[in-house]
Amino acid sequence: MSPLEGQVRIPSGCAVSAMISKDGRRMNGESIIESMIPMHDRSNGLGGGFAAYGIYPEYRDFYALHIFFNNRACQSECMTLLKEYFEIVQDEHIKVRKMPQITDEPIIRRVFVSPMQSVLRHLQIDDKELVVRIVNRINSQLDGSYVFSCGKNMGAFKAVGFPEDVGRYYRLEEYDAYCWTAHGRYPTNTPGWWGGAHPFCMLDYSIVHNGEISSYDANRRFIEMYGYKCTLQTDTEVITYIADYLLRRQGLNLEEMAAVIAAPFWSTIEGESEEKKKKLTYLRTVFPSLLVTGPFSIILGFEGGLMALNDRLKLRSMVVGEQDDMVYIASEEAAIRVMAPDIKHIWAPAGGEPVIVKVKEGAF
Amino acid sequence: MNFYPEFEVVRNDSRCIRCRVCERQCANEVHWFDADGKVMLSDESKCVNCQRCVTLCPTRALKIVKSDCRLRENANYSDQTIKEIYRQAETGGVLLSSMGNPNPLPVYWDKILINASQVTNPPIDPLREPMETRVFLGKKPDHITRNPDGSLDTTLSPQLSLSMPVMFSAMSYGSISYNAHASLARAATELGICYNTGEGGLHEDFYKYGKNTIVQVASGRFGVHKDYLEAGAAIEIKMGQGAKPGIGGHLPGTKAVGDVAKTRMIPEGSDAISPAPHHDIYSIEDLRQLVYSLKEATEYRLPVIVKVAAVHNIAAIASGIARSGADIIAIDGFRGGTGAAPTRIRDNVGIPIELALAAVDQRLRDEGIRNNVSIICGGSVRSAADVVKAIALGADACYIATAACLAMGCHLCRSCHTGKCNWGIATQRPDLVKRLNPDIGSQRLVNLMTAWRHEIKELMGGMGINSIESLRGNRLMLRGVGLTEKELQILGISHAGE
Ligand code: SF4
Ligand code: SF4
Repeated sequence: MSPLEGQVRIPSGCAVSAMISKDGRRMNGESIIESMIPMHDRSNGLGGGFAAYGIYPEYRDFYALHIFFNNRACQSECMTLLKEYFEIVQDEHIKVRKMPQITDEPIIRRVFVSPMQSVLRHLQIDDKELVVRIVNRINSQLDGSYVFSCGKNMGAFKAVGFPEDVGRYYRLEEYDAYCWTAHGRYPTNTPGWWGGAHPFCMLDYSIVHNGEISSYDANRRFIEMYGYKCTLQTDTEVITYIADYLLRRQGLNLEEMAAVIAAPFWSTIEGESEEKKKKLTYLRTVFPSLLVTGPFSIILGFEGGLMALNDRLKLRSMVVGEQDDMVYIASEEAAIRVMAPDIKHIWAPAGGEPVIVKVKEGAF
Repeated sequence: MNFYPEFEVVRNDSRCIRCRVCERQCANEVHWFDADGKVMLSDESKCVNCQRCVTLCPTRALKIVKSDCRLRENANYSDQTIKEIYRQAETGGVLLSSMGNPNPLPVYWDKILINASQVTNPPIDPLREPMETRVFLGKKPDHITRNPDGSLDTTLSPQLSLSMPVMFSAMSYGSISYNAHASLARAATELGICYNTGEGGLHEDFYKYGKNTIVQVASGRFGVHKDYLEAGAAIEIKMGQGAKPGIGGHLPGTKAVGDVAKTRMIPEGSDAISPAPHHDIYSIEDLRQLVYSLKEATEYRLPVIVKVAAVHNIAAIASGIARSGADIIAIDGFRGGTGAAPTRIRDNVGIPIELALAAVDQRLRDEGIRNNVSIICGGSVRSAADVVKAIALGADACYIATAACLAMGCHLCRSCHTGKCNWGIATQRPDLVKRLNPDIGSQRLVNLMTAWRHEIKELMGGMGINSIESLRGNRLMLRGVGLTEKELQILGISHAGE
């Protein structure tokens, strides 16, 4: 048997796309699926996926775990573990549409959970940290179980296949989200299983990414010091952990995080105002191992917004469009034109310059 | 016991014009002019093959060759082994050597290969795109802190800022000449890196290069006083040296002359022997006290480096040092050079820097304390490729000394301990010292580092990396060839083809 993703590192090319309503209007998945069609050639049928925010309003207080199981035995083993730490609020099948393009499907479950207060008190950690630890434990230690989404009021949907097929397979037209991100993958080897598809998620952070980062092992070996385990060996995974570490654990804001992972060149920093220079120098000095080099364009989704970012040399394409309350982001302009045919305002952000979009407070 | 000499001086008499340059240039007094026969003669037994006469002979009449007169061949008892036994039987003394271990032990750098980008991600062209080599050495905070207004509190513990991740390693004034120190200090300043005083104090003329100087505190405490500590950009506590782990420095009285003695604060002509341990450090808690006394003495303005030799238990030792308050650990491998060391120690004690570095970096990460300290790797870093490999294994920067000496003219004759360096480096004889012109010496050092910097950038660009930070610890960029499972496991790299 050829090695599964995680046992080898598989470089990939990709397509990304995203749409978000700043007013918090919820839209079904039709449009985001359509947007991937003109970028069909950027994927090769070996991975596609979506993340959707605002889809579980009635369960908004619970962590929504989306899990792949290889078989029933894995499922019961994993559920036993979960029950030690969480109340299980709901445990259901994720509905899919059978189609010839998507095969070899695992068991796909959605489990809404709530951390047990007694456990939190005992471990002296907060609920997010508990979710991170248990998900890491399942993904790195329980063979045949894989949690691929674990945020609140959001979820990822992914599979081996072309993204437009994956979207239809998961019946995304039946979900309503204020923010959608999508990913089509062009891995150089076959990933062997569905966990390797993107987006990659941790809590409410989801990442879709296009590129192959050259700093991978420097980033991985740094972040693994802080309890993260890079089981998939993908860029997306390590970037997600970096985002979680910098935003949640270090308390940086999005601009500060961008100044770490796509840090401005020293020559640029020299020319900044005294105050800015101090701040940028500080961030580069404190987190040098989290600088990400090599080509990437990423879209980081989170509760109430998203951030798009290119590597500092802009080695991967990424365009942004804005119309009314909507912001669109994609690898190619063609994808944006599918989502908003008469859009006027389209631009390409500079390398290392974050595009941050936030939904109006209270609207999500 | 007399032997046929190790080297033969071959003089092509038809080319020799009797200019007697060789006679004047050889401090070992090999050559002389025989006025009666009007020929140049030589006593080859004194020749150390430093190539000085060869290089300066205007008609290329000279060459030095290895003599082929050998004792009966024996794979177990080599010529050298036998001759060393004879010498010791004669003198009853410990054998002395200099420069790094010359024996054919594995050089792991040469069994490690570097990656380059093809197709899936683009190589970056250093001529067209910015390529960054600046590094900051020092402790990094675990958590950021914010001011009451929410802005980042940007105060940091002291950092050593370098324009590229290479520095000149410790060589004391005394073991090397005034002109050699001047060359190193000036080159470091021009390059925006640091040189290291070694354990002999800092000559008053060189205080002006303080921003690019690391001042060393060794077990002998030679030349250490408040102004000295405050003069540098960082303070290094020397616990050990790769060429001679477990013993202290030794400057023969013949080299402790004039300003050397004054700078060391010792009487002229006396041997300067550093004790093996620091007499105030018998364990890790004591090291912590010395680290903090030095910090107190300099008001916490300067980072403190602790330099140790790469020995068997180096990972645990480094992990102890990382918890001692030190900002930087310098690890010196067993092939590192020296001005004088007992031969048996130089050739048999310590471990290769590549393995030590990989083990230390991994251990500090396993313990979650890699951010507490930066790591400097030294002990035979010979080229830009070695630097790139060291950084990818996990070093923050490298120390070079032998390569720096070579740039200044050293021909690796390994006779530094005799004090008669014909190239003006490892000597205090004024007639020899003046052979090294600091204008030229510093320029050659600057050239060497500039060349390495270009090469580092090209290698990084090839990997698609445009900043040295993204190379550090990036072991995926390395592959081993001809290494065993165990070696690969310690180095933390895969085999080529994997
Ligand atoms: S010691 Fe050096 S200068 Fe003297 S003969 Fe030998 S090579 Fe020539
Ligand atoms: S420094 Fe001088 S004596 Fe020492 S090895 Fe080099 S040339 Fe020989």
